[in-house]
Amino acid sequence: MNAQLADRYALDFEHVKPTLAGAYLPWLAQTREEALTAFIDSGFPSLRDEDWKYTSVAAIEKTRFNPAPPANGAAIDAAALMALRLPGAHVLTFIDGHYAPAQSKLGALPAGVVVAGLADTLEREPDRLRTPFGHPAVGYASGFAALNVAFMSDGAYVHLSPGATLEEPLHLLFVATRPSQATHLRNLVLAEAGSRVCVVEHHAALGATGYFNNVVTDIVAGRGAAVSHYKLQEESLDAFHVAAVNVALGADASFVSAALALGGALARTDIAVALDGTGASCSLDGLYMTDGRQHIDHHTRIDHAQARGTSREFYKGVLDGASRAVFNGKVIVRAGAQQSDAQQTNRNLLLSEQAEIDTKPQLEIWADDVKCGHGATVGQLDPDQVFYLRARGLEDAAARKLLVFAFAGEIVERIALAPLRQRLDALLHARLPRGSGALQ
Amino acid sequence: MTTAELRLEDLIGRDYRQGFFTTLETDTVRRGLDEDVVRLISAKKNEPAFMCEWRLKAFRHWLTLAEPRWSSVTHPPIDYQAISYYSAPKSRKDGPQSLADVDPELLRTYEKLGVPLQERALLAGVAVDAVFDSVSVATTFKDKLAELGIVFCSFSEAVQEHPDLVRQYLGSVVPYTDNYFAALNSAVFSDGSFCYIPPGLRCPMELSTYFRINAMNTGQFERTLIVADRGSYVSYLEGCTAPMRDENQLHAAVVELVALDDAQIKYATVQNWYPGDKDGKGGIYNFVTKRGDCRGANSRISWTQVETGSAITWKYPSVILQGDDSVGEFRSVALTNHYQQADTGTKMIHLGRNTKSTIISKGIAAGHGHNAYRGLVRVARSAYGARNYTQCDSLLLGDTCAAHTFPYIEVKNPSARVEHEATTSRIGEDQLFYCQSRGLTPEDAVSMIVNGFCKDVFKELPMEFAVEAQKLLGVSLEGSIG
Amino acid sequence: MLDIVNLHAGIDDGTAIRPILHGLDLSVKAGEVHAVMGPNGSGKSTLAQLLAGRDSYRVTAGSVQYLGRNLLELPPEERARAGIFLAFQYPVEIPGVANIYLLKAAVNAVRTHRGEAELDAIDILALVRDKLKFMGMDEALLYRAVNQGFSGGEKKRNEILQMALLEPKLAILDETDSGLDIDALKIVADGIAAMRSPQRAIILVTHYQRLLDYIVPDRVHVLAQGRIALSGGPELAQELERRGYGWVDTASATRVGATA
Repeated sequence: MNAQLADRYALDFEHVKPTLAGAYLPWLAQTREEALTAFIDSGFPSLRDEDWKYTSVAAIEKTRFNPAPPANGAAIDAAALMALRLPGAHVLTFIDGHYAPAQSKLGALPAGVVVAGLADTLEREPDRLRTPFGHPAVGYASGFAALNVAFMSDGAYVHLSPGATLEEPLHLLFVATRPSQATHLRNLVLAEAGSRVCVVEHHAALGATGYFNNVVTDIVAGRGAAVSHYKLQEESLDAFHVAAVNVALGADASFVSAALALGGALARTDIAVALDGTGASCSLDGLYMTDGRQHIDHHTRIDHAQARGTSREFYKGVLDGASRAVFNGKVIVRAGAQQSDAQQTNRNLLLSEQAEIDTKPQLEIWADDVKCGHGATVGQLDPDQVFYLRARGLEDAAARKLLVFAFAGEIVERIALAPLRQRLDALLHARLPRGSGALQ
Repeated sequence: MTTAELRLEDLIGRDYRQGFFTTLETDTVRRGLDEDVVRLISAKKNEPAFMCEWRLKAFRHWLTLAEPRWSSVTHPPIDYQAISYYSAPKSRKDGPQSLADVDPELLRTYEKLGVPLQERALLAGVAVDAVFDSVSVATTFKDKLAELGIVFCSFSEAVQEHPDLVRQYLGSVVPYTDNYFAALNSAVFSDGSFCYIPPGLRCPMELSTYFRINAMNTGQFERTLIVADRGSYVSYLEGCTAPMRDENQLHAAVVELVALDDAQIKYATVQNWYPGDKDGKGGIYNFVTKRGDCRGANSRISWTQVETGSAITWKYPSVILQGDDSVGEFRSVALTNHYQQADTGTKMIHLGRNTKSTIISKGIAAGHGHNAYRGLVRVARSAYGARNYTQCDSLLLGDTCAAHTFPYIEVKNPSARVEHEATTSRIGEDQLFYCQSRGLTPEDAVSMIVNGFCKDVFKELPMEFAVEAQKLLGVSLEGSIG
Repeated sequence: MLDIVNLHAGIDDGTAIRPILHGLDLSVKAGEVHAVMGPNGSGKSTLAQLLAGRDSYRVTAGSVQYLGRNLLELPPEERARAGIFLAFQYPVEIPGVANIYLLKAAVNAVRTHRGEAELDAIDILALVRDKLKFMGMDEALLYRAVNQGFSGGEKKRNEILQMALLEPKLAILDETDSGLDIDALKIVADGIAAMRSPQRAIILVTHYQRLLDYIVPDRVHVLAQGRIALSGGPELAQELERRGYGWVDTASATRVGATA
């Protein structure tokens, strides 16, 4: 990183350090300092980094974002906020990087389930976070991950004791209201053996523009635990969104993920799942819909580190306007991870002359008794299907809309969480070009 | 063995000798590389000034580059100053004088491959002129081809006889600025093949490097240039590149193909350089740049390769689909056994309208072998109606080998249709048992399954080549099943 | 209802037009059933697809009038709304679009065009259930994606089901009988026969005579080399069944000779 930029971030850090969550904890202060050093050493990723080959973050690097202000009760459109809530869920609302209890709705939790703000937890029960945060990482996946640790302000802390189940979904609603602000959020989901939880990580904007949201979610699922993680990204169309989801699965644990990306000028999501115990399984779905000059990048990494793991991955993209999308899906089967079963699919629909897709499905196999495969396609609407629908009386535009909707719908209908599925359905309907009345 | 022989240990610096300025035999340039050496190579080959200039430019560019690090292969550092960059064909008296002097294991390999006795001698580098006059064989065909207007000769000869053609096309597909090894090759290449097919002509025979194997004791930095003029057709075989057992070396070749309007070039390779021994000692580093340019409308370039040799294979025979309606094809079987590493694949660059490409890659990994497919399919904004189909299959034999698939797909045109599929499978004990219970030996069973796995590629090879390739796989896989 | 005069057309492969129809004449009146027969490659499917508005076919000469309008000017959906129905030889699979959804969209597109009120899901379902029974189809097929995973017979029945719901003025059935076993053929044929009415014209494009055992056509035309080589009554189909298509060339040559 150039000296000027390094100085700026170092200065920012000095300014906000006293206000950061858990500032009084020496071990956390040390972790933050070391992360800042790591960030300054590595800098922002560049196109020369294989993992960032197709995604330039120069715009983030160049922009001077305002550091997150301390929590305050900023005026907020209550009705608009309500509309974002998923019915039937526990809702933890975070406004501009800080937990907002007044705007949250946390029902009674069963025994063995802890749901709290991360900053609050650092204040009240810091020992819960000593293990995850007390040991500085050996290496950060990217400069963004290091930056996140140095500056993290808040997030959700979720802990499930062995065998505990949270029936209702947990809706983590992150709302940006201020322009040109950088927020660094950190979520932690610790699901011990045999526990079950469903988390919805939802990013939205209420009036904010040009902001930068840098979020890291760590999920640890113990033996036989079942965790679902839905990520709904509907940031403002001029915002920057960089997210990482790191998942470690114990034996026979299962993880279900759906990454749904609609917003952001530049949005990057990294999902890394380590199948660290035998018989673990994961299913990763994704849908990205881009338009205008949006750039949406998904990187997934599924690491079969132990035997008898199963992974399924299904990502679809619809690209319109002069937008660009990137999909990079890596599946690793380690030596000894016999009887691993990994299947990955990425399908893309290009709707316009200026859209661009870069897709890289990758397999890295170090064991022989495995079933692994991947497929990737890039294409446009099938003219035979369009003709068939027109021959049944649908207008050209309506036929195309229906087919795009059906293409995306394949991901939508796989979402087990009904309120989220309905919300996504509505978002897609609103987003797709209006067709003929015959479809309404 | 003469001091001109390069041992891999020298190359990789394990047994580094400060022998830079040792006086060598007269036909060998001192080790190391600088502008004087480049000039000397050019002078020894009596090249026109433009060639010397081009080599120097390439050398100067090479100095600005760093060795690439992005592939999945690993090897100890190469000391480029420890290599001697020019060594005239070694004198026959230095080689073995009869088959009795040749390593018996090597001869057994040939025998298994069904190479006739005379050819075995030729391949092993025995002075065979008296028995098998390869030079006159080559000349016979050359004269016949010349009558048709086809130029097929060594690169050195082409520089002398057809300097205009060389000047027009050399570096036009793989410029010296392309990559580290291409720059190095451009500066120091010793010889290679040159082929020009005039407009409208269908070359009546398969052209092959095989016919000049004796004259081509250069190997290390060879350069091939094939130009198919409008409406012509040629099929070129890069012959059984013999396992020259005692020549452990860096092989950094460049192959350039140019197809003009309606022309077709088929290029087949069976690569069987020395792979190193069972413990991974020795073997060739095969870092090759191969690229075809479908420059004209409706042209077609097909690469077919069977890669069983080399300690490390690192190459991506590619096609630039410039001409409208042009077609690029890549079919590959790559096998890695013992400690071999292969990082191979292709690049299909779609620029013209309605361009089509097909990629079929079959990777087989056994022992501690590492096999990676790396391929790029790029559809530029101008490539309306582009189509690509890619199928990448990996077959794993044993739990200590590795197979990787790294496809890169970049599409900028909405009318493009790109499909990529990859699978991984293994030969399971249940399959072997089933075959055994039907009376097959495990070796036969493996061979049968492997050949079935590769048949989509083998069927594209000329008959004799396909037979040879099948046998090669069998030999290369020996000892891979317990 | 339909008047095709001296139609020349071919397939547009992007660079050139490969001619298929060479001066085809055909006139079909309301209430009539016409069979268009002919060997493979004679242009039968081209004619069917062209009438439905497939844009990969290009008309190079001639005219097609439908109910007094120039049919060739209309995009496929307007032809459908104006009462033309093509039962596809190879009905396309559309993953992600429920069959019932397509039926509703199609019925309402036609109704809106006629100035009728749209039907809601319940009305549609009631209507469809009735026809389903007649076609011997399982209701589960309504909720599956259009034609996806349907057997060959199910696809063909699904086409006839759509025809029954859309009540076209001109139905063109492109080899609807191919790939059906004898039971399915009977159901499909009954479905078509039930559509026969004085207000409706039907064109049966077929390779074999067997469908015509169930639906006796008013006129039979033999297409060869892109034009009508022979026309006649139902007996012509039986003649073809006995003597094969090879006979047509001689027969048409004689006839052309006779009229000249």
